[in-house]
Amino acid sequence: MSLWIAIVVTGVGCLLLKVIGMTAPRRLLDDPRVADFATIVPVALLAALIGLETFTVGQSIGVDIPRVAAIGAAAVALTLRAPFLVVLLVAAATAAGLRAIGVG
Amino acid sequence: MSVSQRAWAPPVRDGLGVGIAAGLAGLAFGTSAVTAGLSVAQASVLSVLAFTGASQFALVGVIAGGGNLAAGVAGALLLGARNTLYGLRLSDVLGWRGVRRIVATHGVIDETTAVALAQRDSRDARLGFVTTFAATFVCWNVTTVVGAVATGHVGDITALGLDAVVPAVFLALLWSRLRHGNRERWVALGGVGIALGTTTFLPAGVPVLLAAVAALIATLVASTRRPETLVRAR
Repeated sequence: MSLWIAIVVTGVGCLLLKVIGMTAPRRLLDDPRVADFATIVPVALLAALIGLETFTVGQSIGVDIPRVAAIGAAAVALTLRAPFLVVLLVAAATAAGLRAIGVG
Repeated sequence: MSVSQRAWAPPVRDGLGVGIAAGLAGLAFGTSAVTAGLSVAQASVLSVLAFTGASQFALVGVIAGGGNLAAGVAGALLLGARNTLYGLRLSDVLGWRGVRRIVATHGVIDETTAVALAQRDSRDARLGFVTTFAATFVCWNVTTVVGAVATGHVGDITALGLDAVVPAVFLALLWSRLRHGNRERWVALGGVGIALGTTTFLPAGVPVLLAAVAALIATLVASTRRPETLVRAR
């Protein structure tokens, strides 16, 4: 699969998924398992993505300290109910700051 | 209500705040995309067509890791399926038909749904949705291009800590769900465990897809406990 194909398929696919939701009959939600799965699957996927970004370096398990610290700082900011943009800034600043002083 | 009073009504304020903030994260996307090897055009097309952050970041992550493109696309689409659920809810609340519904469909994402569903009535929901959609779409796409173009000129992504922004975005999206209850926390743990346990021997992108198994298990467990099922079993 070439890069352009992957991009267009992803783009059009995501659009179609939105169209299905907005135009489909409500009956789709009648099987509780469908709705249940669809609601909980992003939790599994997002968690997996976070876990992989935090605890892998390339394809192997490893720790990049500035990045881990940045995600930890983001978690703290979220606990303190900081606005979305502040959370992102905290993450970037933590990683950048630690690397600037030679960590990791 | 006068025009100036309507202009700063809660749905508009919410929409602008959420939309601009979420939209600015497009900077991180544009940067990550070009760093992963996409052209500025490819990054832009993805932002315009898909217009859903988590899916875009997920695909770019797989590309950066040199992984299986098909798996990357599948992961991105699986993440995008939550917009389908949002649409099922929103089509009722917004109540648009015809051309307006078609246009609105493109804007069905986490942020627009959250703002629309937080409003008190249908009229405010529509206003909130439109404001959030407009703000997010403009900011997200402009910053995607800015980030993509600037990456060539910005020396080191990691020096600016921009690589940490992507997992932070995912964490922010996940956070409210994690506070929900134990079930979400267990599924998250399961997802992380499956992904980390398989990443060393599976191509990039596939561990993320496998993590959906954690969600599948949770769904099956929940369905066996459902009252209707128990009654039938007796």
